[in-house]
Amino acid sequence: MEHEHSVVAKTNGPVIMTKNATKEPKSIQWILISIVLLFLTLFLVVPLIAIFVKAFEKGADAYLAAIAHPDSLAAIKLTLIVVLITVPLNAVFGVVAAWTITKYDFKGKNFLITLIDLPFSVSPVIAGLIFVLLFGLHGALGTVLQSLGLKVIFSIPGIVIASIFITFPFIARELIPLMQSQGTSEEEASLTLGAGGFKTFWYVTLPNIKWGLLYGVILCNARTIGEFGAVSVVSGHIRGMTNTMPLHIEILYNEYQFSAAFAVASLMSIFAIITLIIKSFIEWKTGFKSTKAS
Amino acid sequence: MSIIVENITKYYGSYQALTNINLEIKSGELIALLGPSGSGKTSLLRIIAGLEQAENGNILFNEENYTHKHVKDRNVGFVFQHYALFRNMSIFDNIAYGLKVRPRKIRPSKKEIEQKVTELLQLVKLEGYKDRYPSQLSGGQRQRVALARALAVEPNILLLDEPFGALDAKVRKELRRWLRRLHDEFNVTSVFVTHDQEEAMDVADRVVIMNEGKIEQVGTPEEVYDHPINPFVYDFLGSVNLFKGNVQQGKLVTGNVEMNAPDSEDGVSTGYVRAHNFIIERKASGKDSIASIIDHIHTMGAIVRIEVIRHDTNEPLEIELNKEQYMELELRKGERVFVRPKELKVFVDYMAGI
Repeated sequence: MEHEHSVVAKTNGPVIMTKNATKEPKSIQWILISIVLLFLTLFLVVPLIAIFVKAFEKGADAYLAAIAHPDSLAAIKLTLIVVLITVPLNAVFGVVAAWTITKYDFKGKNFLITLIDLPFSVSPVIAGLIFVLLFGLHGALGTVLQSLGLKVIFSIPGIVIASIFITFPFIARELIPLMQSQGTSEEEASLTLGAGGFKTFWYVTLPNIKWGLLYGVILCNARTIGEFGAVSVVSGHIRGMTNTMPLHIEILYNEYQFSAAFAVASLMSIFAIITLIIKSFIEWKTGFKSTKAS
Repeated sequence: MSIIVENITKYYGSYQALTNINLEIKSGELIALLGPSGSGKTSLLRIIAGLEQAENGNILFNEENYTHKHVKDRNVGFVFQHYALFRNMSIFDNIAYGLKVRPRKIRPSKKEIEQKVTELLQLVKLEGYKDRYPSQLSGGQRQRVALARALAVEPNILLLDEPFGALDAKVRKELRRWLRRLHDEFNVTSVFVTHDQEEAMDVADRVVIMNEGKIEQVGTPEEVYDHPINPFVYDFLGSVNLFKGNVQQGKLVTGNVEMNAPDSEDGVSTGYVRAHNFIIERKASGKDSIASIIDHIHTMGAIVRIEVIRHDTNEPLEIELNKEQYMELELRKGERVFVRPKELKVFVDYMAGI
């Protein structure tokens, strides 16, 4: 035991030294912390408070009236519909993509990973334009769709497609590094024990990735609710029909209905804050850090 | 259940991992696949399990063709090097898994499963651990759980991929003895992969020595150790000294020394002598006495390893004596001695002169 103690003491020495080496004097610490706090207050906290102040400027009645307005309710409903279609679909796509990439070896795997990242690198407005060019009246597939009586652009399907495109990488990107680090041996063990593919996924893979999946779902959800650029291009801004919440806010704002605009904006902010709380809870629960591509 | 491996060939891309492997394993045998890394031993094991498919050849269990059977239908127990326990399940659920996922018709009742798992927990001496999770167990305990999990489904055959490779030396020795006893008790045909020749010799009924995707030799531990059929096997099993030379009329000439090699063909050859097959003397006793100088003496428990340098060629030789022989001789570093091989095996160098 004596011997072990001396070894521990020896290895402790240099560790403390390196810690000291990266430690700044107290004064610099405080200055840096103050700068960060000031920055966060100025650019995040003040605007957030401003949203609520502006929203309640004309009183609670006006606030409720703005939210209860049929156009606002239609925008909220549409946003929820888009979320309810987009997020589950992307959850399935994300799991399938991550599974394909991490559990199999094939040629062109790196290309596939790059492809998944594409929505991150393409401007949302361009993404929206792509779909207009593809599905619009004069687009490549537009005439075919029209002859079938289907309308994609300037209607809900277009908004959903654009949202799926924009938010596709979130879940896949969250799961790929996680599943890579876990390897395939647990799945193999499950197969040798007589479980089929579905049971293996359900009992072994899914429990192992559930927190990562939930984290990805939350990020995807937040982005779907807030997406403006791509949706703006494909929606056509038809009041009460094809306006999601961000688009509705923009219209209200352009019509100088500031209180109403901020009322709807405050609702979105509440969504965002709830999302943040759930996200922090997941991080706390799992000690799990986002390993999304930087 | 017997296993027959027939003409198995496996490629990874353009790399040929296994070439025409043929092997018969009798029911109830414990077989070691032994070889250096990259020899294809793990690939062969995974092909037997059905975790990988061979390009060519057949796998037969009890003379029934299993080549195209899915891994889940082969009823094999597979133990992984890094345990591969289900991290999200308790020890109890890990062991019960194979029974719980059975189709309803052949699934045992809850009570039967509980009884079976309790029995297995007793067998692997982890009764008090059923509610713990894999991350709370030591390496040796995890591997025992992995074994219990594999045995729970009463497999036709048990396959183990470097089962003790990730454990420290002492636990490793205990576990392999325990595996042997377990095998004798259950009498299930078992195949395990290892790169540790001591482990293979210690546990297996028969050893399959593999190198570069081929089988070099198959035999009992005594057979492969005492009668290696080629230089690779000789070299791979235990430390060996090489004497490069020429065979002329039944004698291997190497440096200034002549050794008796009555059954060898004439030509460029290499003599192989195991480290423990030497006699050390103070005087030359024949033409096969090699004049040498003692360079190093290492005492390793009951065995003393002595490194000498040949006087004629300056090549080092490694010799092992037991402690008593060493004490009797009173050897000292730097001393001049004569070294005589007790047993010599000569292989003709087919590659020489090419």
